[in-house]
Amino acid sequence: MASAAEIAEKAERDDIRNRWLLTTPAIAIIFLAGIGPLLVVVLYSFLTPGPYGDVKWEFSTGAWVGVFLQRDIFEGTLGIADAHLSIFLRSVWLSFATTILTLIFGFPTAYFIATRSEKTQALWLFLITIPFWTNLLIRTFAVQEVIRNEGLLNSFLVWSGIVSAPVQILYTDWAIALGMIYVYLPLMVLPLYASMEKLDFRLVEAGYDLYATRFKVLTRIVIPLVKPGVIAGSILVFIPSLGAYVTPRVLGGGKQMMLGNLIELQFGAGRNWPLGAALALTLTVIVTVALLFYVRYVAAPERRNG
Amino acid sequence: MPERPDRNAIEVRGVSKIFGTGESQVAALDDVSVSIRENEFFTLLGPSGCGKTTLLRLIAGFDFPTNGQILLHGDDIALLPPYKRPVNTVFQSYALFPHMTVAGNIAFGLEMLGKPKAEIEARVAAMLKLVKMEALRDRRTSQISGGQQQRVALARALAPQPKVLLLDEPLSALDYKLRKEMQIELKRLQHETGITFIFVTHDQEEALTMSDRIAVMSAGKILQVGSPRDIYDRPAERFVADFIGESNFLDAAIVSSASGRATVRLASGAELAATLPEGFQPKDRVTVVVRPEQARLVREGGAVTGILENVVYFGTDTHFHVRPDTGGEFIVRQQNSRSGDAGFARGDRIGVAIGEDAAQVLKD
Ligand SMILES: Nc1ncnc2c1ncn2[C@@H]1O[C@H](COP(=O)(O)OP(=O)(O)OP(=O)(O)O)[C@@H](O)[C@H]1O
Ligand SMILES: [Mg+2]
Repeated sequence: MASAAEIAEKAERDDIRNRWLLTTPAIAIIFLAGIGPLLVVVLYSFLTPGPYGDVKWEFSTGAWVGVFLQRDIFEGTLGIADAHLSIFLRSVWLSFATTILTLIFGFPTAYFIATRSEKTQALWLFLITIPFWTNLLIRTFAVQEVIRNEGLLNSFLVWSGIVSAPVQILYTDWAIALGMIYVYLPLMVLPLYASMEKLDFRLVEAGYDLYATRFKVLTRIVIPLVKPGVIAGSILVFIPSLGAYVTPRVLGGGKQMMLGNLIELQFGAGRNWPLGAALALTLTVIVTVALLFYVRYVAAPERRNG
Repeated sequence: MPERPDRNAIEVRGVSKIFGTGESQVAALDDVSVSIRENEFFTLLGPSGCGKTTLLRLIAGFDFPTNGQILLHGDDIALLPPYKRPVNTVFQSYALFPHMTVAGNIAFGLEMLGKPKAEIEARVAAMLKLVKMEALRDRRTSQISGGQQQRVALARALAPQPKVLLLDEPLSALDYKLRKEMQIELKRLQHETGITFIFVTHDQEEALTMSDRIAVMSAGKILQVGSPRDIYDRPAERFVADFIGESNFLDAAIVSSASGRATVRLASGAELAATLPEGFQPKDRVTVVVRPEQARLVREGGAVTGILENVVYFGTDTHFHVRPDTGGEFIVRQQNSRSGDAGFARGDRIGVAIGEDAAQVLKD
C-alpha cells in the first residue's frame, strides 16, 4: 500500500501535468499569433529592402538608422530624421490628448450612468455601445461629413452668421483628435463605469458628512476608489490611439500623418519593408515605455492592497 | 461642559418624508415632531422599517424632508447640505474609507475643515487614544476587525467635535460581549465629550440601559418619548408595551376613574386599580398591561385565576405560564431564592395577584 506521502506526491505530479496540458493551447496561440509574428518583424527590420517591396536576405542596420537619421540628398550628410520625429511627437501628443479628453468626457458620463437605477443603467450602456455596430471606416467618414468645409457644422456656422467663411477643420490635428475622441470614448466609459458601479456610494455620503465639498469628495474619495477603471480606460484608449490608422488617414488627409500611416507608407508606396518593420517596433517600444512609466508613477502609489 | 442642559440641540417640527411617487409612494416619516436636548443621549427605538434611518438622514442632511422643519440650536437647517452641518454620523456599515489608514480616516474631517496640520495631528492622536487604537494607526481599515472598525468610525465622527453625533445601529454587527463593552464605552465617551448623541437601535435592552430618553417609533410615527423608566413603567400604547419588555394584556372595562387612577373590571369579574392616561371615559372597553415581574402567584384568590401550564427556570428567576380561565396567556416572573422553589407545579390551580400600582390602562 502506498503511504500517504506517496499518494500526495503523485497527486501533485498529476496536478502539475494536468495544468501543463490545460494551458498548452493558450500558450500555443500566444506563440503563434503573438510572439512568432513579432520575431518575424524583428528579423525583417534587420534586412535590406528589395527594389519592388519585399526584402533581400542581406543583413543591414540601414532600417534602424533610417528610423532616426536621414541622409541629406544634396550634401550627403546624416541628420536627424525630423519628419519621423515630428510624426512620433504628433502621435504621442495626439494620443495623450485623446486619452485626457476621453477621460474628461467619459468620467461624468460613467458617473451619470452608475448613479441611475439598475434598469436605466442597462439602457445607457446599450446606447454607449451602439456606435460599435457600424464599421469604423463608415463612422469616420460620417465625422468627415460633419466637419468638412461644406459639411453640416460649417454650413450651420455660416448660415447662422457666426463666421463669414467655412472654418478649416478637416485635415488638421484637431480633426484627428476629434475623430479619435469620438471613436475611443466608449472604451474609456465602459471600464470607468465598471469600477464606479462597484463604488460604495455610502462612502460618498460619509465624505459629505465629514465636511468635504463636492470637489473634495471627487478628488479625495471617488477618484482614488475608481482608479482601477481610470487606469484600464486610459490604457485601452492610449494604445490603440498611438497606432491609429484609419482616423488620421481619413480626417488628417495625407498631410497630418501618425505612426500608423507612416508604417503603412513603407509597406505600400515607400517599398521599404525593413524600415516599416523598424518603425513598427519603435511603436511597440514607445507603448511599452509609456505603460511602464504609467504603471510605475501614476498607477502604483495609491494602488489598494487587500 | 453642558452650556444650557435643557436647551434643544435638535428640534424636529412636523417632518414628513415621502419616497417615490404615485402608486409606489411610501411615507417613511409621517408628521414627526420631537425635541432633543443638548448633551442628551437620545435613542430612536423601533422595529425594522419604521423610519429611524430616514430621520437620521434628514438630520444629517443626506435627504431633505418633504414637509416640516429641522432646527439646530434654533436655526432651520432643513436645506443646508451635509458638509455645512456641525453634525457627524457613525454609519451602520461604518463606511470607512478603504484607501486610507486608520489615522487618515480620523484626520479626514479635520482636513476638510482646513485645520492646521499640528492641530490635526494632536487631535488624531487624542482620538486614537480615546478609542484605544494607537497601535493600529497606520493600518488599512480593511485590515482591522469589526470591533476595531467600529471604534475608528466613532473616532472619525468625533474628531471634528460635532454639536450632534448620529449613530445608526453602530453596535448591531458586533458579538454579544463586544457589544456590552462598546455600550459602556459609548456612554463614557458621551459623558466625556458632552456631545449630544442620537442613537438608533432596534434592541430594546440596549435602549433601556443607555439612554437618557427614548423615542419609540412605529410605521413612520413617534408613539412615545420619555425616560427608560417612563417608557417601561408607563407605556402609553399597546405597541410600546408590547415592543419593550414582556407584557401581559388583559381586556377590561373602566368602572370608575379619578385624577389619573381608575378601577377596572376584568373579564374574570375581579376589580383592579390601574393608572389611567387622559382621554378615557367610564364604561370604555380598554386593554390593561401588567409586567410579568409585577404579578405574583398565589394559592387562593387573585385577580386572574387559571391553570399553571409551564414552569421555566432561568437561574435568576423563574417564568410561570398561566392559562387563565377566561382564555389567553399570562406570564408571571418571580425571583428565585436559594432556600428552594416556590412549590408551584405544572397543572396546579392557582391565582395571580396583581399589585396596587402594577396595572396600566393603554390606548390601542
Ligand atoms: N430611498 C428610499 N426609497 C424608497 N423607500 C425608502 C427609501 N429609504 C427608505 N425607504 C422606506 O422607508 C421606510 C423607512 O425606512 P428606514 O430605512 O428609515 O427604516 P429603519 O427604521 O431605519 O429600518 P431598519 O431598522 O431596518 O434599518 C421603509 O419602508 C423603507 O422601505
Ligand atoms: Mg436603518
